[in-house]
Amino acid sequence: MQRAHSGRRVAVVAGCRTPFCKSGTALKDLLAIDLAKHAVVELVHRANLTGKEIDELYFGQVVPSALAPNIAREVSLLPQFPASIPAASVNRACASANTAVVLGHDQIALGHADVVIAGGAETLSDIPILHSRRFSDLLVGLSKAKTTAARLKLLSTFRPKDLIPVTPAIAEPSTGETMGQSAEKMAKINGITRQAQDEFALRSHQFAHAGNEDGRLTAEIAPIFVPATGVPVGRDNGVRGDANLEEMAKLRPVFDKRHGTVTAANASPLTDGAGAVLLMSEEAAQSLGYEPLAYIRSYAVAALDPGDQLLMGPAYAVPKALDRAGIAWKDLGLVEMHEAFASQVLSNIKAFESQQWAEERLGRSEPVGEVDWDTLNVMGGSIAIGHPFGATGARITTTLANEMKRRDVQFGLISVCAQGGMGFAMVLERR
Amino acid sequence: MSAFSAEVRDGIGRLGLNLPDEPVNKITKAVRDELDELLDRFVADRDVRAVVLISDKSDSFIAGADIDEFVALESREEAHELVRQGQALVNRLERLGKPVLAAIHGSCLGGGFEAALACTYRIATDHPKTRIGLPEVQLGIIPAAGGCQRLPRLIGVRKALDIILAGRQLAAQRAHRAGIVDELVHPAILERVAFGAATKLADGWRPKRRRLGAADLALEKNPLGRRVVFTTAKKQLLKKTGGHYPAPEAALTAVRHGIKYGLEAGLDMEAALFAELAVSDVSRNLVRIFFATTALKKDPGVEGEVPDPRPVANLGVVGAGFMGAAIGGVAVTQAGVDVRFRDVDLAGVGRGIEGARKILKERLKRRRITRHEYRRLERLLSGGTEWQGFGRCDVVIEAVFESLEVKHEVMRALEQHVSDECVIASNTSTIPIARIAGVVQQPERVVGMHFFSPVEKMPLLEVIVTDQTAPWVTVTAVAFGRELGKTVIVVRDQPGFWVNRILAPYLNEAGRLLQEGVTVETIDKAMTRFGFPVGPITLLDEVGLDVAHEASKVLHEAFGERMKATDGLARMTQDGRLGRKGGSGFYRYEKGKRREVDETIYEIIEAAASSKVPREDVTRRLVFAMLNEAARALDEGVVRSPRDGDIGAVFGIGFAPFRGGPLRYLDDTGAKQAVETLSELSQKYGDRFTPCPRLKRMAEGAERFYPA
Repeated sequence: MQRAHSGRRVAVVAGCRTPFCKSGTALKDLLAIDLAKHAVVELVHRANLTGKEIDELYFGQVVPSALAPNIAREVSLLPQFPASIPAASVNRACASANTAVVLGHDQIALGHADVVIAGGAETLSDIPILHSRRFSDLLVGLSKAKTTAARLKLLSTFRPKDLIPVTPAIAEPSTGETMGQSAEKMAKINGITRQAQDEFALRSHQFAHAGNEDGRLTAEIAPIFVPATGVPVGRDNGVRGDANLEEMAKLRPVFDKRHGTVTAANASPLTDGAGAVLLMSEEAAQSLGYEPLAYIRSYAVAALDPGDQLLMGPAYAVPKALDRAGIAWKDLGLVEMHEAFASQVLSNIKAFESQQWAEERLGRSEPVGEVDWDTLNVMGGSIAIGHPFGATGARITTTLANEMKRRDVQFGLISVCAQGGMGFAMVLERR
Repeated sequence: MSAFSAEVRDGIGRLGLNLPDEPVNKITKAVRDELDELLDRFVADRDVRAVVLISDKSDSFIAGADIDEFVALESREEAHELVRQGQALVNRLERLGKPVLAAIHGSCLGGGFEAALACTYRIATDHPKTRIGLPEVQLGIIPAAGGCQRLPRLIGVRKALDIILAGRQLAAQRAHRAGIVDELVHPAILERVAFGAATKLADGWRPKRRRLGAADLALEKNPLGRRVVFTTAKKQLLKKTGGHYPAPEAALTAVRHGIKYGLEAGLDMEAALFAELAVSDVSRNLVRIFFATTALKKDPGVEGEVPDPRPVANLGVVGAGFMGAAIGGVAVTQAGVDVRFRDVDLAGVGRGIEGARKILKERLKRRRITRHEYRRLERLLSGGTEWQGFGRCDVVIEAVFESLEVKHEVMRALEQHVSDECVIASNTSTIPIARIAGVVQQPERVVGMHFFSPVEKMPLLEVIVTDQTAPWVTVTAVAFGRELGKTVIVVRDQPGFWVNRILAPYLNEAGRLLQEGVTVETIDKAMTRFGFPVGPITLLDEVGLDVAHEASKVLHEAFGERMKATDGLARMTQDGRLGRKGGSGFYRYEKGKRREVDETIYEIIEAAASSKVPREDVTRRLVFAMLNEAARALDEGVVRSPRDGDIGAVFGIGFAPFRGGPLRYLDDTGAKQAVETLSELSQKYGDRFTPCPRLKRMAEGAERFYPA
């Protein structure tokens, strides 16, 4: 089969992540940078790296800290590493870590690097709360004013309501529509019922729980020892083995109280966490003595009008990636889809399977493919495990690569929807 | 070859010191003579308007006077003559008639600092290598080139005493804050700034110096207040030294005399006191310890062909308990190595990591590291329940439960996971290393690294080698121990190793004395009076009664009757008393603080109602129990030399440093006298005091451990 590009083949050698915890819970005292460093230190230990092998480092983060905006460089300055590892931070919303992987892939494929660490981190326990524009202007003005009179004059313009802070919402800047409203809209357009969404969410919890119990999921988690107490956090705290449809059905829809179907139970929660993946050129893996989990065969990104169906990006990106890989959907032995909302996953699946979608939207004569539920999100997904925006891509890549090895599957697919109407897809191959 | 390079640039005379063939600058006779001559030249040279004294070595301004010169002193008169020469030169710097500047980068200690104090102006670099202080009292002498005079005049009596009496060294920032140096600059501009300041001083500018604070003014600017300062200082001092260390007391006298009667009288007093101290036994022994420690720092730990130690960047610690956590914490803090913990459950790993973080936090609290450095170093601590990360370790130290079975399990697992280049060390205090190594394929890479608790405070490390331990393993363990800031002795793999071996008969004897009706206070006081930092009963409480009991059983088993302990410890532990850590031992503890002796213990151990042991025998029994065992163990080759044995006893037990260690003390006592004392004790108190063969041999031949 032909390859997507003429460059060197890139191996996914290892991956690990912090536990994913609901924002404001177990990891609330840690900064995204702390989480990122923890994941990478653990990766270094688990992969038996000296630190000197690393050529470059890419990290994704969606809401960066104003104090240390280039999280990647902070990570590459870990004491385990030489100071000479260049690093860049990237933001492609929920596909940020995937994009970090892509950047690493490209540098290796081009022959610019042999070993790259790619990952992502997010904490929503520490989101930047902004002052109002008027209050910011006042503070800046005061620091520039030269005389007391000028300062007093400025102060006289102050109004108490200037102190009301501005909290960033998870809304599209271009349309003002929140993520939840978009998911709600997609459920209606594509006819995704409340029942179907709840069942999908339940599946996510049950599969994740099973992965925890048999150790497949916990194997990729690097326990964190909370500062000041040393209390270990070794598991994702959103996964509920006791989830059931009756309880889920009781929840009120959040975004449309009367006709809505999207609830807290069938959407991914706000989450803190970080993950990292070790990439190597095929040659480097061999000469350093590593047995790769899988190789990157192809990837693709796509974008659509955010005012349309915001989270349908994968429906465009996936066929592109499959084409570039030179394979068909039926060749896939495993599929990992990011679960922002159950309605989003189910909408995209409908699109993959739809003749009409293929013809009208993709200009193809055949549907993309039919989903085999036995190979989809086999350890659950973001609804149960959680979704730290910048980190999810690293988790999915790790989970897929590990499971491909366990099942000895030749082809696996990653699909991630992202804010701004974007979609990401990547095909991994085992051999 | 000359030590100074002298040149005149832009009207400023530059004296650059670079003592040939020495790693650091020190004030030797040659340096003194040459400086004297150069000063003559600069005084005579009309073009020279000011003088800058600077070092041409990379990290040493002047590390002090030449110790070898001082050690060679044979009489008080010689010492007096030497110190007078030094004083004259330093006085000359002060009274040159032209401004003299000290441009300080690197160590500026002892005589070097005293010279700088006599200068008109002092500029130091804000570099970590720049350290300023007067360590003289640590060698049993006092600063006698005007240090006891000029420092209090510069920064006030209280602050000066703080530095002089403890022999402290300050980082440049602290010295600047204290008013000792006038300016703090980056090393790159030191010389430029010094030349600029020299020109200004030559033009008549005088630096403004901070005046004393209100409290110091109130205390120091009147006779009554000064008296309070000196009496308080003396009281605190005696409490600390127990009267065993005359040097700090002498320094106090010198400072006081100078303040009262003026600089010249003060200098006379300094000289007189120095001459006396310089040839005293206390100073001689402290200097020996200093030399021994310095020599040990260069000792690779093996004889014959010495392989290079392997660099250690990654440390694995198996067992994240109290000891493991502390070892990891010290490794991160002192050596900045990556530390990977492994324990059986996550909670245990977490406690270990937190324990290590505490040691790091303590450094932050003491401002030895910045917040940024803390955050960076903290990242070196990680761990888990699996063996991940052990493949990249250069050294692994196991600190698991003291059971051979558990240790064997660890050894077998380690062999699966570590690389062939990894040193495997055990922190056991009771189990022979050879037995631990018995189950591994490559016993040559197994070694003991016996740390003492609390690891972050205790300065000694015993590296235990078996007959099979490979030289590269020993040198790596020794070098790594040194990186952890420890004084390292190499010890042969015998029960109790060195420190616990000589400690056991001493502690046993304390137990016997207790049972015979001697009070806890009498026993402890006898030993603090001898020069130990704490008495044996307090030590038992500190070590932990259960730990001591276990160790004593092992040694009894190994060495038989003479190491047999009374059953006091067994009874105490059965009563649930574990010492300080458990909140109750021979003493009472409240909130971690020691209170009075717990009178109920006499009943628990079934002590005799009153004692017939003469007080002098209390001391002799305790001390000679240890001395006899030390001679015996040395004879068996447990330590490599009397030097190692003495250093082990001083740093591991706190054996009175001014007595030089047990073997040095035996030399000073004389083998013949020691054998007589031991024979007398054995007649009165039992066979365990029978003089060991080595001592008997030495008594016959009038031999010594050290060359006379």
